[in-house]
Amino acid sequence: MDLLRFITCGSVDDGKSTLIGRLLYDSDSVSLDVLAAIENRPAVHGGVDLALLTDGLRAEREQGITIDVAHKYFTTPRRKFIITDAPGHVQYTRNMVTGASNADLAIVLVDARLGVIEQTRRHTLVAALLGIRHFVLAVNKMDLVGNDEAVFNRIVAEYATVTRQLRVSDAVAIPLSALHGDNVVRRSTKLPWYSGPSLLEYLEQIDVTQDVSADEPRFQVQYVIRPQQADLPDYRGYAGRIQSGVYRKGDRVRVLPSGLETEIEALEVGQQEVETAVAPQGVVIRLRDDVDVSRGDSIIVASSTPTVTRALEATLCWMDERTLEAGQKFLLQHHTALVKASVSALLSKTSVETLHRSAAESAHLNDIVRVRIKTAVPLVVDAYAKNRTTGAFILLDEQTGATLAAGMIDATE
Amino acid sequence: MSSIPHLDYLDRLEAEAIHILREVAGQFERPALLFSGGKDSIVLVHLAKKAFRPGRFPFPLVHIDTGHNFPEVLEFRDQLAAELGEKLVVRCVEDTIKKQKLRDATGKFPSRNPLQTYTLLEVIEEFEFDACIGGARRDEEKARAKERIFSIRDEFGQWDPKRQRPELWNIYNGRIQKGENVRVFPISNWTELDVWRYIQRENIALPAIYFGHPRTCVVLPSGQLLGLSEHLHLDENDEIVERQVRFRTVGDSTCTAAVESDAVTIDDIIADLLLAKVSERGATRLDDNISEAGMEDRKRNGYF
Repeated sequence: MDLLRFITCGSVDDGKSTLIGRLLYDSDSVSLDVLAAIENRPAVHGGVDLALLTDGLRAEREQGITIDVAHKYFTTPRRKFIITDAPGHVQYTRNMVTGASNADLAIVLVDARLGVIEQTRRHTLVAALLGIRHFVLAVNKMDLVGNDEAVFNRIVAEYATVTRQLRVSDAVAIPLSALHGDNVVRRSTKLPWYSGPSLLEYLEQIDVTQDVSADEPRFQVQYVIRPQQADLPDYRGYAGRIQSGVYRKGDRVRVLPSGLETEIEALEVGQQEVETAVAPQGVVIRLRDDVDVSRGDSIIVASSTPTVTRALEATLCWMDERTLEAGQKFLLQHHTALVKASVSALLSKTSVETLHRSAAESAHLNDIVRVRIKTAVPLVVDAYAKNRTTGAFILLDEQTGATLAAGMIDATE
Repeated sequence: MSSIPHLDYLDRLEAEAIHILREVAGQFERPALLFSGGKDSIVLVHLAKKAFRPGRFPFPLVHIDTGHNFPEVLEFRDQLAAELGEKLVVRCVEDTIKKQKLRDATGKFPSRNPLQTYTLLEVIEEFEFDACIGGARRDEEKARAKERIFSIRDEFGQWDPKRQRPELWNIYNGRIQKGENVRVFPISNWTELDVWRYIQRENIALPAIYFGHPRTCVVLPSGQLLGLSEHLHLDENDEIVERQVRFRTVGDSTCTAAVESDAVTIDDIIADLLLAKVSERGATRLDDNISEAGMEDRKRNGYF
């Protein structure tokens, strides 16, 4: 059985919480006591308000909105699913970025009566920017437009202009009604003109895996294991997660940024020696030669060529109340590497409404800006388009530690 | 050339948890692993072995002892710590009550669950722990569904759901200011079923109370069964029964209900679970049902 992580984008008005509730409810993933708790609360339309399955915080129930990213889990005989439910409100775009960063697929919800709106464009842009390649356009509330095929087709055509502009190649549209359960888990007879799968059927069968052996091998040290015990006096293991690609015992490797070359003497997964390990496994690498390696360093197969640089061009999703301006200094966390950095220039700002770029002097909460960054020490990176792990970083406030921005590397100098 | 291993969903959940544990080791000076003796913390210990052996754990195991224990669990705890050769710190709610002049839990079923928070904050202060690893899962409860894997707490241990840091990719930001500390939940994305399937796959030993056994229980008004113990204050109207039961969670024995079950193996339990229609906390915790925001309120006050 495999795992699919997906994000749901849309607002409360699109019926997003109801859609998730429906997925959980109709796939028998809601337990009786949880159902009893929500049945005790009045639903606007009568019946059970499935939206209450996802709103976890008091303020969310009070205001009837989703404030923060929630995670929901369900399993069918075919797959385990992790749903990241990101709020749709404008002011919470940062939560959508957060949710999208860990998802393989995005469900973008639209209200059939409204079609593709500004928010649809923004959600698709953010998801695509974060590297999601698979999209489902869930055209909800089909019952309120008389289950009309023409309405659906018009929305599909509208959405195609968005995906074309963003170069999204895999997007399918499914007409449904979350409230009534049409085409969510089971196919509905109310939309006889639609011959495709239900939403769940689609989620169960879509292949989001990439060929891991086609990816460049990347590994960054998290922690050095040195037992210093009588029976293992010289054991020195570099523990970390394979970020991408495949590692093999005997591989010729280079330690970066130092550049020293050696060989993988042993590869361990959970105390077992193995011949081969792949992303995203956690491994311990032991090296043939005694070279200086510490947390934050990369161990790279020698035939592969990541960029080692102190100068980056990156796209930032700015997530803080303060204003970003050129010259400001931060901490940059590139997985296990934490370094000082400064934003030396703001290059452009992308409008999440029109998708157009314009010149930028500063950036504010929820802005998407292209910047130039200098780091105090070299980082081992790839472009985000090539590697969703080694191309990603965050910016932190040096004093408070607060996370200020999500960064995706566009180019390296 | 050797073939490329295929990773199933349990391999991926395991890899994520090991990555998180190693980030704790890499980022913090004085971490701790909160160990209750329950299955989730036993799974954490198993994952820590995979993350850090042949080295020592970079943290002690810390048990907050309510005094309302299942004896089988304490026995298991001590045996596991001895086997591991790792440090075990035990701090008792009883002592905190005396020291801080707190009111002990009262009533027929005096749960010390909320009182654990005081002892937890005390032990964090005593050892200056900067990160505490816990076995909480997001599927357990809806406030937990909103909590980060690295969850920053202020100096009073409080969780502020509106001021959470965005948690991007698998980059975990554990940078804190003096006085703050971080709660870390490596199995956030596991469900109860995932935990059992992992226990099955990895052949992990558990305390006997997780498996069906005969036990003398008191029947609660809700119909739930509570194991009879010296900590309950029963009267003549209480119905005492002998039942074949198992526990789905292990907590304060005065508020952790048993479920009737003949399941004696892990396979049986998984079969049971696939049929189960009541959530783990719903079936077994008497303290969450008090209000819809029960867990959120406790977390805001510094709870696990």
